[in-house]
Amino acid sequence: MTITQPPQYKFADLEPVMALMTGDEKHGPAATSTLDVLWVLYDRVLNVDPGDPQAPGRDRFLLSKGHGPMAYYAVLTAKGFIEPELLPGFGSFDSPLGHHPDRVLLPGVEIGSGSLGHGLGLAVGTALGLRAQGLDHPRVFTLLGDAELDEGSNHEAIAFAGAIGLDNLHAVVIDNASATHGWSGGIATRFEREGWSVLTVDGRDHDALEAAFTAPHQGRPHAVVAVVEPKNSMFSRPRISAR
Amino acid sequence: METMRERFIATTAELLDHDPRLAVVLADISADQFGGAAARHPGRVINVGIREQLLIGAAAGLALAGLRPIAHTFPSFLIERPFEQIKLDLGHQDAGAVLVSSGASYDMSSMGRTHQAPGDVALLDTLDGWTIHVPGHPDEAEKLLRHASASDGRVYLRLSGESNPEPHAVTPGRFEVVRAGQAGTVIAVGPMLQPVLNAVTDLDVTVLYAVTVRPFDAGTLRQAVGASASTDVVLAEPYLAGTSNREVDEALLDVPHRVLGLGVGRAELRRYGTPADHAAAHGLDAASLRKRISGFLR
Repeated sequence: MTITQPPQYKFADLEPVMALMTGDEKHGPAATSTLDVLWVLYDRVLNVDPGDPQAPGRDRFLLSKGHGPMAYYAVLTAKGFIEPELLPGFGSFDSPLGHHPDRVLLPGVEIGSGSLGHGLGLAVGTALGLRAQGLDHPRVFTLLGDAELDEGSNHEAIAFAGAIGLDNLHAVVIDNASATHGWSGGIATRFEREGWSVLTVDGRDHDALEAAFTAPHQGRPHAVVAVVEPKNSMFSRPRISAR
Repeated sequence: METMRERFIATTAELLDHDPRLAVVLADISADQFGGAAARHPGRVINVGIREQLLIGAAAGLALAGLRPIAHTFPSFLIERPFEQIKLDLGHQDAGAVLVSSGASYDMSSMGRTHQAPGDVALLDTLDGWTIHVPGHPDEAEKLLRHASASDGRVYLRLSGESNPEPHAVTPGRFEVVRAGQAGTVIAVGPMLQPVLNAVTDLDVTVLYAVTVRPFDAGTLRQAVGASASTDVVLAEPYLAGTSNREVDEALLDVPHRVLGLGVGRAELRRYGTPADHAAAHGLDAASLRKRISGFLR
């Protein structure tokens, strides 16, 4: 009798997994701003189990920036939450894998997202709910984009979480310089001035990301700004025409 | 007389003492009155400040973590301002919550349009899966609150400063037949019951009393209409006029009928004054109701 072990994925294996969704063999990891952060979280940080995705004591990961979820689905596949056979159906009517994720369709996905500015508020409530039940160990992580911070709902959550010292809450901001008007003074200051612990790191450096995600921050919520290559978009910054 | 809002606060404080699953989320409104409960249950009485997107987002997060959240503020700031959070953080996430508003359509008549939300029920009615209660008395508000807090679904409890003099033994989800007649059926919602009863004293109409308007009790309406010589129906709703006309039409799809939807007018009054002034301006006082109902029925 042979016991089949699930394949052990490495980071380099994610590219062909993503290609199953896009059909684009050249869709390399560098093209996806979130891939390294997601991989480090699921591979080294989060306490989650595909065999028990509703375990009360699990860590929560809330993908707030629901756009471009191929990297997320690839990591969830690598970690056993999604069957690889589902990937080619990406975006089709009968597939649970949409262009924005839906928690009701996919066990292990904590929130459905797509409309920007919802994850951090949900994460605040989740962190409060865990605390209220005496669940002190589970951590709540939410991933946002720098342009997503344009939404005012984030600033409601940042100020409140800082004021009450919600230290089981973690925000990861992928900074690919895509916010139309930028963030003068930097993204980190938005969190720091509200009492958060903040670290800014290279969003492609796995060891640096792991160290930042797990850095102590007693009594304060924690933000990690993960800086990656600027998004190449004509809309990424207001342009002043030069004659 | 004790208001629905006072009863809500007292009942919720007691429920918090006995139900470890219950949590209350506030956005400054009523925070002082919840002070005692907050001192006893600091982890489960949460005031986020004047942040209504977070009010709903945090309530939904609490639900995702396994609690039963009650979120409370004025209807403008509970339903209208954070409407996308209601749609997505609660509906799309399939998370449950009890939203409790206080202020109704024009309880805060002297504060102007900013504090008036007659469209709250119609707006929420664009979404699936909501139970909407509109009690007419503090006792009914308490009963519906206890019922809602013990369930898991998405519930809107719309409290008002306007109240009927006597409570009814309401059953959540069911209309009550208050009186039977042959000239048509009047559905009085929540605090509209007493003005309607005053208006129809000498009219031979059936009066149904509704405290739960979604889901709409089509069965009781069909029975009432079937027992009456007239299939005409009048809705008297203490929020936007016509909000439930569609429900009446669907309930009576196979029955030729007419519907008159009475409620708060769409046009902005730009007047201050008292709730009674506003009721009269919208044709919802007993004299106006009598004129409009008798003018409609054949």
